[in-house]
Amino acid sequence: MNALIISAVWGIVMMFSGIFTKNKSTVRSIAIAGILILIVANSLDLQGGYHINIDTKNQLDFGTFGLLFNSIAFICTLIYFLLSGKDIENVGVNVAEYFALIFFVLCGVSIATSFNTLLMLFLGIEIISIPLYILTGSNKRNLKSTEASLKYFLMGAFSTGIMLLGIAFLYGASTTGTFFIEEIGIGKSSLSPLFIVGLLLLLISMSFKVSAAPFHFWTPDVYDGAPTVFTSFMATIVKSALFIAFIRLFHNSFGEIQPKWQIFVAIIIAATLFIGNLTAVFQQSVKRMLAYSSIAQAGFMLFAILTINPVAQDGILLYATAYSLATIGIFAILVKMKDRSFEGFNGLAKHHPVLAATNTIFLLSLSGIPLTAGFFAKYYMLMAALKMGQFLWLVVFAVLCAAVSIYYYFRVIQAMYFKDGEPQELQVSSSFKILLIIVAAIIILLGIFPQLLLDKMNILYM
Amino acid sequence: MPINYYIFLSVALFCIGVTGVLTRRNAIIIFMCVELMLNSVNLLLVAFSKMHHLALIGKHADAGTNAQIFVFFIMVVAAAEVSVGLAIIVMMYRNTHSVDVNFLNRLKH
Repeated sequence: MNALIISAVWGIVMMFSGIFTKNKSTVRSIAIAGILILIVANSLDLQGGYHINIDTKNQLDFGTFGLLFNSIAFICTLIYFLLSGKDIENVGVNVAEYFALIFFVLCGVSIATSFNTLLMLFLGIEIISIPLYILTGSNKRNLKSTEASLKYFLMGAFSTGIMLLGIAFLYGASTTGTFFIEEIGIGKSSLSPLFIVGLLLLLISMSFKVSAAPFHFWTPDVYDGAPTVFTSFMATIVKSALFIAFIRLFHNSFGEIQPKWQIFVAIIIAATLFIGNLTAVFQQSVKRMLAYSSIAQAGFMLFAILTINPVAQDGILLYATAYSLATIGIFAILVKMKDRSFEGFNGLAKHHPVLAATNTIFLLSLSGIPLTAGFFAKYYMLMAALKMGQFLWLVVFAVLCAAVSIYYYFRVIQAMYFKDGEPQELQVSSSFKILLIIVAAIIILLGIFPQLLLDKMNILYM
Repeated sequence: MPINYYIFLSVALFCIGVTGVLTRRNAIIIFMCVELMLNSVNLLLVAFSKMHHLALIGKHADAGTNAQIFVFFIMVVAAAEVSVGLAIIVMMYRNTHSVDVNFLNRLKH
C-alpha cells in the first residue's frame, strides 16, 4: 500500500512542481527523487511494513509476487528516467505533466499487480491506460502522434467494453454474487454458458491489452506514432504489468479449470509468435521493427499464462526484467538517432563504439542468445511448458520463431558493424554511456547467474 | 421479470455498439458506440445485482449490492475517458479539419 499511495501523491506533487518551477532539470530531479522513494516504499511493503494503509475490504491483496514485480517495474522506471529523462523534456513544453502521468501509470501498475476483485482489475487497467492515451498524443503538432493516440484510445476503450461485459457475465454466473477473483471460479464443475462466455470475453480483452495476435493490430501503429520516449515506457513496464495482471487473474480465478481454456491460449500464442516474428522481418524502420518484436516477445510471455506453475512465475519475472532492460536500452539509443531506419545505424560502431557495443548486447538479449538474460528468460518459459507435458508442438514452434527473430535483430548489428556510414553528431553525454554500460552489465550478469534474481524471490516466497 | 430478458437486451445493445465501432468512420460516432457498450454493461450489472439480491436476501441484507457500486465506478471511468477522448478528437480536428478516421492512414507506410 505504501508504494500505491505514494505514487498517486507524487503524481500530484509533479503537477504542482510544474507550476512552481520552470526549470526542467529541477522537475526531472523531483521525478527521480520520487521514483527512489517509491523503490524504498515498495521494499518496505515487501518486508511487511505497512506504514500507510487504507482498509480496502480485502479488495487489494499485496502478495509477494505482485510486490516483487512492482520493485522490478520501479527500478526499470528509474533506469528509464535516468537514460531518457532528458528526451522527455524534448517532447513538448509540459514536462512536469509528462512525469506526473508516468507516476499515475505506476499507481495503476501497483493496483493491477495486486488486485483481489474484478473491480480493482478494471480500475487498475484503466488507471494505466488513460494516462497512456495522453502520453501517446503528447506531441500535439505531429499528426502521427495524434493518429496513434486516437487509435489507441478507441481500441483501448473498445477492449475495456469487452472486458466489462465479461466481468458482468462472470458476476451473473457466480452463485454468491461476488467479484472476488478467488471465488468466481468456485463450484464450476459443470460450466454454465454465462461463465464460458465471460471467461472468453475476459481472455479476448486481456489479449487486446497485452497485444497478442489476432488482437494486436493497433500495436504497431500506436508504438510507431507515439513519441519514442513514451513508446519505450509503454512497450516495457506497462506491458509487463499487464501480463502480471493477466496471470494473476487466470491463476486465481480460472486455475482449476485450466484444461478447458488452455487450447485457446495455445492458439493465441502460436498466432502471436508467427505474426509478430514474420512481420518484423519485413520492416524498414527500426522503431516499427521493435513494435513487432514486442508482439513476438509477448508471445513468449504468454507461456506463463498457458502453464500456470512456479517455474513460469519465476520465469515471467525474469522475462519482464530482461525484456524491459534491453528494450529501454535500445529505445534510449534510438531516441538519440536522427534516422530511425536500419540505414541510420550504418557505421555506428566506428563513430560511437560504446553505443554500438551496448546496443549489440541488448539485441542479443532480445533474441535470446546464451550469456544474456534473454536466454534464461526464454529458457524458463519453455521449461515451464515442457514440465506440463502437453503442447510439445508449441515449444518447437516457439524455438523456430526465436530463430527467425535472430534475423531481424542481427540486421541492426550488421548495419552497425559491417556497413559504412556518415559520421553522426549525436548528443551523448558520458553519464549516458556509463549508464548504458551498467544496464548491459546487469543483462550479462543475469544471463550468467539468473539465480541472483530468482533466489531472492525464493527467499521471499518462504 | 426473468433475468434472460435483461441479458438479451444488454447483449443486443452491446452488439449495436460493437457494430457501430467496427463500421462507422466518424470518430465521434465510434466514441458514442463505445459509450453504448459501457452503458449496456451497466444495465446488465444492475440486473444481475437485483437477481443476486433477491436470491440471497435471507443470508445477508446487502447481498448483491456490490455490482451497483461497480456501476458507479464504470460511470466515473467513462467520464474520465470522455474527457481524454474528446480532447484527442479536438486535437485531431485541429490537425486535419475532419473527424473522419479514414484520414488516419499516415502510419500504414
